[in-house]
Amino acid sequence: MFGRDDKVSEIRLTVAQYMILAIFLVLAYGLWRLQVMESGYYASAAEKNRIRNVPILAPRGKILDREGRTIVENYPSFSALLLRDSSRDLNADADLIAQGLHLDPSEVRTRIRHFSSMPQYQPIFLKEDITQDELAFIDAHRNELPELDTIVAHRRLYPRNGFMAHLIGYVGEVTEDMLNQPQFELYSPGDVVGVSGVERQYNNELMGTNGARRALVNSHGREVGLLGETEAIPGKQLKLTVDIDLQIAAEEALEGKNGAIVAMDPRTGEILAMVSRPSFDPNDFAVRVSRDQWNKLVTDPDKPLMNKAIQAQLAPGSTFKIIMAVAGWQEGIAQSLHVDCTGGAEFFGRRFGCWVKGGHGPVDLEKAIYQSCDVFFYTLAEKLGIDRIAKYASALGLGQKTGIDLPNEVSGVMPSEEWKIRNFKQKWFAGETISVGIGQGAVAITPVQLIRAIAAISMGGRLVVPHVVEPEGLPPSYVETSHVTETKNIPIDPSGWAFITDAMSRVLLPEGTAPSAHVPGIDIAGKTGSAQIVSLSTRAKFKNSEALAQNGWFVGFTPRRNPDIIVCVLFEGGEHGRLAARLATQVLKAYVDKQRRIPNKIVEQPKGDGKVDIGALWTMPEGKNLEGGRFSLKLPKKRSVLATAAPGISSTQYLVTSTGKMQ
Amino acid sequence: MSRYVSFRDFDWLLLIFVLMICGLGVMEIQSATAHTKFAGSHIRQIYWVLGGVAAMFVISAVNYQALLDRIHWFYIAGVASLMAVLLLGQKYLGARRWIKMPGGNHFQPSEWVKLILILAVAKYFADLRHRELSWPDFIKAGAIVGIPMLMVLAQPDLGTALTYVPIAVMGVFLGGLQWKQGLVVVLLAAVGIGAVFFTPRVHVLKTYQKQRLTSFLEPDADPQGSGYQVTQSLIAVGSGGLWGGKGSQTHGAFLPVPQTDFIFAAFAEEHGFVGALGVLLLYFIVLMRLTQNAQTAPDRAGTFVVMGVVAVLSFHILVNVGMVVGFMPVTGIPLPLMSYGGSSVLFMFLALGMVMNVRMRRFVN
Repeated sequence: MFGRDDKVSEIRLTVAQYMILAIFLVLAYGLWRLQVMESGYYASAAEKNRIRNVPILAPRGKILDREGRTIVENYPSFSALLLRDSSRDLNADADLIAQGLHLDPSEVRTRIRHFSSMPQYQPIFLKEDITQDELAFIDAHRNELPELDTIVAHRRLYPRNGFMAHLIGYVGEVTEDMLNQPQFELYSPGDVVGVSGVERQYNNELMGTNGARRALVNSHGREVGLLGETEAIPGKQLKLTVDIDLQIAAEEALEGKNGAIVAMDPRTGEILAMVSRPSFDPNDFAVRVSRDQWNKLVTDPDKPLMNKAIQAQLAPGSTFKIIMAVAGWQEGIAQSLHVDCTGGAEFFGRRFGCWVKGGHGPVDLEKAIYQSCDVFFYTLAEKLGIDRIAKYASALGLGQKTGIDLPNEVSGVMPSEEWKIRNFKQKWFAGETISVGIGQGAVAITPVQLIRAIAAISMGGRLVVPHVVEPEGLPPSYVETSHVTETKNIPIDPSGWAFITDAMSRVLLPEGTAPSAHVPGIDIAGKTGSAQIVSLSTRAKFKNSEALAQNGWFVGFTPRRNPDIIVCVLFEGGEHGRLAARLATQVLKAYVDKQRRIPNKIVEQPKGDGKVDIGALWTMPEGKNLEGGRFSLKLPKKRSVLATAAPGISSTQYLVTSTGKMQ
Repeated sequence: MSRYVSFRDFDWLLLIFVLMICGLGVMEIQSATAHTKFAGSHIRQIYWVLGGVAAMFVISAVNYQALLDRIHWFYIAGVASLMAVLLLGQKYLGARRWIKMPGGNHFQPSEWVKLILILAVAKYFADLRHRELSWPDFIKAGAIVGIPMLMVLAQPDLGTALTYVPIAVMGVFLGGLQWKQGLVVVLLAAVGIGAVFFTPRVHVLKTYQKQRLTSFLEPDADPQGSGYQVTQSLIAVGSGGLWGGKGSQTHGAFLPVPQTDFIFAAFAEEHGFVGALGVLLLYFIVLMRLTQNAQTAPDRAGTFVVMGVVAVLSFHILVNVGMVVGFMPVTGIPLPLMSYGGSSVLFMFLALGMVMNVRMRRFVN
């Protein structure tokens, strides 16, 4: 049909062939460049692509009380996350996911959009610490929503209702500020560390060492092989010196009030209980604290985050008279001082009133202590002068940190002439000494300082370091162990401290300042105190104002000789020391009852395997993570005094049945 | 006429090389999809290849000249099917490219239109009796390819639309393109591309298409977005080295769609430079064999048909392998004969059927 001339140009066909050859040469060069010239670079890129170091999180150590009962436990907490498998349209599923997890669909979409530029293998965290029904939702939708998955992490489970919150503290993600400090330099961002309390102080012990797993992963982050594994070393258990039974008694005593209670073994400095009120729930911090919640806690005038036992710097009021008595005795003034109290006296041209308007009449040291006569101690202060007062007060640890193994202890103030000049560039006025004599004026101390000082007096001058952790359980190199067992001997004339403590034991007798706090059969020596928050004249203008009420103090120990417990109560707005004394005696009575094995609150041992759900009494968060709250305790005896009540739980709620289940 | 046609004249050598490439493809699909949700794809690929071979024999038996005489009907049918896609097509990932067929299969008309265009262009240039191309010829040829191309672009499917371009280019070149015309076209194309990319008001390309086209220049700028596929492909190919490796990128699902668009990257990772070069060599042999067949074609139309197939095949290889080694943007163009996919395999074998058709009639006149 066509002639030869109609054929396509041979030259052009040949050109086409050479074009194809050129294309192939270019492609072959591309392969050569990647696979031969730069193959080393890409081989290492491929290694990085597929080997991932997956940290194995070390569970934090439990915190136990002195008898080994669990106070802080970990519980498995599930977080919902979204795997970005390209096969699913995440935006289309967002509504169902949001519904199941009780989230806002637009929030879910925002998160998905947010993460769109992140590596594919990084899952999107949707919600932390999901509830049982949300977990059930994810399980039930494994087929419909394969991209939805969970990851388990161990979270801290603290006693609820703020029980012991200040002493234990709480954990949080390490902050940038902390990372800059030398003691945190080995931590990496994202590590969970103790932020306050024991959790912070003993973080190194509790934290453990994370392990690592070198895993082969695919681009979705799924592990497809294992190359090697370093086991995580779990954090060590921490045994506190606190006795839960006593802690409960102290918590109950201060329930609904503001202030602090500290109970200590005066022989060793072991803290048996420590309460600060108002409290906060550290479980709120364990997941993520909302900004509102945090602001509320920080701006609350009652300062719920402050551990008042070690951070409240307040005038000690009349409890300071014990230190005055010691100073006066040692200087040879107090034992021979006799004062006629007419309800007040004039010093340096100004009248100082006694709290008993009618006066105490003739007063010696003994009466001055149990009747808390102000005029006697004004006179003593005048005779001693501020520097001699400060010498003994400082020797007993007032105005200094006690060295307790808790973070952020404050030092308080014990004034002296030198202190005044250093801080105010002013001379000390002799008139100022008079107020100091009754624990007012510039003196500001913390409850733990006071308990330590009074404990030293009760022990004949043996000054201990208060501590909350038993040093025996800690490794020898541990910094905190070195000083908590240190003691100092403050030379006090034996007849002096015996005289003073004898006088203190009459405080709770009918002739004393706190007869209503008397507990029959228990020999308690103590001292009340009520400290003005503002001057009396200002106070008169704002009558009946709760905020301006006086702080009630009481510090007492039992027995009178060789005491084994001392309790200090700060009852903010408590008006009078006798009210504080009643709180203190509740704690002292709980201790004595336990020593004497008088069962006041009892958990019956179940007939079964001898285990009692004890931790659940206060650690089971209402309505969520029920599994996490249960700890069992082996009972050694048929009947034993146990932690049975937590604040806010009525006694019928924690009957233990034979199956060990809670009713 | 048909008694002169014999399967003795069938290009068995070409078929052997083609099947070798298909075999390597099936092997790599099997390796890349093992332990994924696409496992078993290689079996389906074998069926597609067998079906393709059968279709090739069938189409080689039909006289291509008879087909060319009726090409305008095919052309109208092709344009109509593209119209149908735009109106009735299944929307998937934001584009309408498929028509759902009874039985759960999806039909992608843009692949068949490619075949129709090869024939239409061949017919058009075969009927031109002068050696040098005039401007009206030139514009008409452009319109034949341009109309379906714009329709595919509207789906939007930039990759497939681009594969129509080499058909026109090859036709124009062999049809007697003059240097002046070539220069003008190149200039116009340059201006056009510039306008598309740099004029914000022109919405010819979707944003993702622009991203895909530009990300290959700088894959590291956005390693998890558009550049992700490029980067992963480069790592896969590069880590293959000279002799190949275990294929951790492919098997770890780092390499996107390793059984379709990135099958050559998967192959290059597992078999190294030597293996990849071997595959390129096979393709080169096939292409050279095809051009040889074009030279021995009985008429102009036959040459144009075969060279149209050569143009499409070369373009696919250039764009796909070029994408895998980082020379070309990610356009979603499969590697013919190796990539998994029914439409692609069937198109290639039908195109080869046309080539066989031409070859078997080389002694006819």
